[in-house]
Amino acid sequence: MSDCPEVNSPTSDEDRRGFLTKLCLGLSALIGAMITLPGVGFVLAPVFARPKQTWRKLGKLDEYEVGKTVSVEFKDTIDQPWAGVTAMSGAWLRRVSDEEFIAFSINCRHLGCPVNWVEDASLFMCPCHGGVYYEDGEVAAGPPPEPLARYTVRVKDGFVEIETSAVPLTTNDQV
Amino acid sequence: MLGKIWNWIDDRSGFSDVVMPMLEHIVPRDARWWYVFGSATLCAFIVQVLTGVALAMVYVPGGDAAYESLVYITNDATLGYLVRGMHYYGATAMVMLAVIHMTQVYLHASYKYPREMNWMSGVVLLFVVLGMAFTGQLLRWDANGVWSVMVAAEMAARVPFVGGYISQFLMGGETVGGSTLSRFFAIHVFILPGLIFAGVGLHLWLILRHGISEMPKADQPVVPETYKQEYEGRLEKTGVPFWPIAAWRDVVFSAIMVAVIVGCAIFVGPPALGPAPNPANIHANPMPDWYFWWYFAVLSMLPPELETYVILGMPVLGAIGLFVVPMLSNRGHRAPSKRPWAVAVVIFGATAFVVLTIYGYQKPWSPDFDVKPLPPEVVRSDDPNIQHGAVLLRDKGCLYCHNVDGFGGYRGPELSVIGNRLDRGELVIRINNGGYNMPSFASSLTAEELRQMVDFLLTRTDHPKQTPGEDPSN
Ligand code: FES
Repeated sequence: MSDCPEVNSPTSDEDRRGFLTKLCLGLSALIGAMITLPGVGFVLAPVFARPKQTWRKLGKLDEYEVGKTVSVEFKDTIDQPWAGVTAMSGAWLRRVSDEEFIAFSINCRHLGCPVNWVEDASLFMCPCHGGVYYEDGEVAAGPPPEPLARYTVRVKDGFVEIETSAVPLTTNDQV
Repeated sequence: MLGKIWNWIDDRSGFSDVVMPMLEHIVPRDARWWYVFGSATLCAFIVQVLTGVALAMVYVPGGDAAYESLVYITNDATLGYLVRGMHYYGATAMVMLAVIHMTQVYLHASYKYPREMNWMSGVVLLFVVLGMAFTGQLLRWDANGVWSVMVAAEMAARVPFVGGYISQFLMGGETVGGSTLSRFFAIHVFILPGLIFAGVGLHLWLILRHGISEMPKADQPVVPETYKQEYEGRLEKTGVPFWPIAAWRDVVFSAIMVAVIVGCAIFVGPPALGPAPNPANIHANPMPDWYFWWYFAVLSMLPPELETYVILGMPVLGAIGLFVVPMLSNRGHRAPSKRPWAVAVVIFGATAFVVLTIYGYQKPWSPDFDVKPLPPEVVRSDDPNIQHGAVLLRDKGCLYCHNVDGFGGYRGPELSVIGNRLDRGELVIRINNGGYNMPSFASSLTAEELRQMVDFLLTRTDHPKQTPGEDPSN
């Protein structure tokens, strides 16, 4: 080949083509990355963000009767200004004694439907697939694999406060 | 003048040169009414695009206003009722027609050589369409819609390792709220429709490339080595141009379908909006649109150990199973008479769908929170003890799940003649301890209440006259 200089030109032509192909593909990939990455990051951010859990006031201490389980509403962790009523979360709150409260998530641990408290039977019942829980949140019947999740509650300056938290996901709480 | 304009358009756009030959491509003469479902699915999609664009001009995809904007569309906006109805029934039509089209293609084995990719692109389209149906249901953003997101997020959370991330992606954070709706809106109006456009483009291009398959004949198995030649030979002899010789049936069928959609929208109307979407409002009973009921039924009947596998496995296996159909056999017989297994699969699938749908609708596994107290003609007793027992049966929630003479839920065993089966001692044990799928009531009943309930239950026999005092075990 070296003693035949004129055949060099098609080879260098091929080189040039090969280089330009790579250049185009490489730059296209770069363009693609520049266009999509910010958007992907933007969309995925909430997945990895850990919103700070906050305390929300529920009401005055003396509004709650000892031994009663009532439903309460409060703003959830990620309350955007435009969320309106959908920023609200609910919980079942029971005053156990003078100072002690328990709050249960309303999400059934089966597939997340809202459980209802049935006062007379002292049971939480789920409307979806027949999940039933005892008053302490333990599973009484049906498909739920785990007891009802609990919120942290405290009494501060005469107000009952609840700490917001994520939706309890059945098999994968700690993500 | 008009002619001139047309000539200019035709010359510059190439309609007569490029598009007409495509439209007039030769199709088998026997492509008759069997073949109208695909084009009707496409037509239903067009209905969805047009009504969807119209709705999007008024609908506000924000957690605070979406519900109100839907109420406005339904009740106040001019023709809003009609457009929303058409979008709803169009979705139903699209799902149904896609499934029917697919069943027909499967029965006729039109997916065999050289049309494997037609089928595969169709399977992808089917799942995108189901995704559209699901996200669309959530955009209704009433209590049902909001709780359905929750259920979807919980299901997604069961994926091993990354489940939590997937469900947080769906919810746009840790809870269902303002950002969730915006996400579903973007998926419903940008991402999935884009995929459908691309998929339909590919699907149509493949039809032009490989031609419409003929009606299967028992003596014409597909032999890839010679198929194309023979197919083209037959077309040359007996084929007809698609436009308008074959196309008229598609148009007639699509016209009927659109008329049905409009008719349903006018006379039945769009689905009623549930209560406003307050996630703190627990009085909701999430229920998907009817074409998902079968799946709901499956989920409700499964033993808990299998559940996660089915929730995750069924869609994935279903998708893969359908996708690989042409890879399993792309040659050989196409006639249903030579493929009994294929026919059996279709019959089995259709039966299962119907049975599970009915079952899903009746939802006997769910406690019935709305039960009324037992009426006196069912209680049939003047004894205040027994009467109170009957009242307790409802108050303590027994009737939510158990049925007495037609009153109550169906989740647990019927109690109409329980007195024949169990004696006092057995009843007490059941109620106190619970059992498989029944809570124990030991801590929530006083001895007095328990006795009254059991007294009442013991009257539930074939012999209404019998009183608890006559019970031998007493
Ligand atoms: S979601 Fe509660 S039982 Fe299924």
